[in-house]
Amino acid sequence: MRNRFAPTRRAFLSLTAAAAGAALLPARIFAQSISVSRQLVDALLIDLYALINSGSSVDRLYADFEALLNRYADMPIIAQTVMRVEWRRASAAQRSAFITAFRAYISRKYGSRFRELIGGTFEITDTRQIRNFVEVTTTANLRNEAPFEVIWLVSNGSGEHKFFNLIIEGINLATTEAEEVGALLDRNGGNIDAMIADLSAAS
Amino acid sequence: MFEFNVAVDRTIVRPVSVGAGTILPEPVRQGIGNFASNLDQPRYVLNNLLQLRFEEALQNTWRFVVNSTVGLGGVLDPASGIGLYEADTDFGETLHVWGAPEGAYVVLPVLGPSTSRDTVGFVVDRAMNPVRFFIGTPESYYLNTVNIGDAVNTRYRFGDTIDELYYESADGYAAARILYLSNRRFELRGEAQDDYFDPYTDFYEDPNAQ
Repeated sequence: MRNRFAPTRRAFLSLTAAAAGAALLPARIFAQSISVSRQLVDALLIDLYALINSGSSVDRLYADFEALLNRYADMPIIAQTVMRVEWRRASAAQRSAFITAFRAYISRKYGSRFRELIGGTFEITDTRQIRNFVEVTTTANLRNEAPFEVIWLVSNGSGEHKFFNLIIEGINLATTEAEEVGALLDRNGGNIDAMIADLSAAS
Repeated sequence: MFEFNVAVDRTIVRPVSVGAGTILPEPVRQGIGNFASNLDQPRYVLNNLLQLRFEEALQNTWRFVVNSTVGLGGVLDPASGIGLYEADTDFGETLHVWGAPEGAYVVLPVLGPSTSRDTVGFVVDRAMNPVRFFIGTPESYYLNTVNIGDAVNTRYRFGDTIDELYYESADGYAAARILYLSNRRFELRGEAQDDYFDPYTDFYEDPNAQ
């Protein structure tokens, strides 16, 4: 006599298929995230190169670079990372003022160096999933220089895929700028508003 | 010591490098750089061998051969054109491969950021440079001149980067320290890392706790 609780052959097969599907699901989501992250960096590089080779005036260049950062970078999370633990005691107004000042500071600081990149190329050489984000590795080829590595870390933690850190030959943007912001805070005796004012004045 | 180096840079190194960089045309500066770099190749090869990195030893050897001949004694750099880039290394890296710890971060007079291990490496590198064994006294002075010229040239090429660090950073010492150590560790690691800080999930931890 057949046990009524024993799974039929059909039920067993469909259950196995469902289990296999569930096991494959995270891999599929990761694969999708990797390709979206890659597309993001691809699009970013195209826009960045258009900007570098545009020959725009300095003010125009900085403004365009800020717009580019807004589009491709998760500036609020980067700002939060570089403020480290101080972020916790900052008021909502201070946080938003800091994000604005920090974005403009980054545009000036890095935008002023764009002429060194004219005529160079970047290509994506590797992508991999790390925990909840994707590492997109690019190789930069500049004139008269050995190729070097630039890594973009992309996450959809904000709801959209955006990059949240940049590592050039091991030098981490978030860590370096956190050091700078920390020094500005120290100089101002921990006063966040004074630090933001200094950051706005910094080149 | 950091303050001393900034003072030396402000009064001597920076004016000289800007002056030389403005007077000498780019191809000449490039030639000096290539020549100095070519004379470093035997030292790289020796270190590659001590590290048991035979592939890089071969790469540096070929590079030296190509640039010393086709590259007219190293003034030109045809090797890079065919993808034979400089696999630069030093005795500090050899010590790392042998398992020596990094030691403390130090700032050397004029030479700048280093670590205890890299300082020992620097001294050993000067002493055991194979090129030294093949040249006599007058030539070794020319060699020193070329190396100083190369250093001045490097200061000119990375002028904006160094100016930013020395004269514009809120804390130049801290900035130089983090730049040097991150880049040096990256060079020595020689492979991908994945212990990145994830600000979306690792909220409020200090990502840079050391």
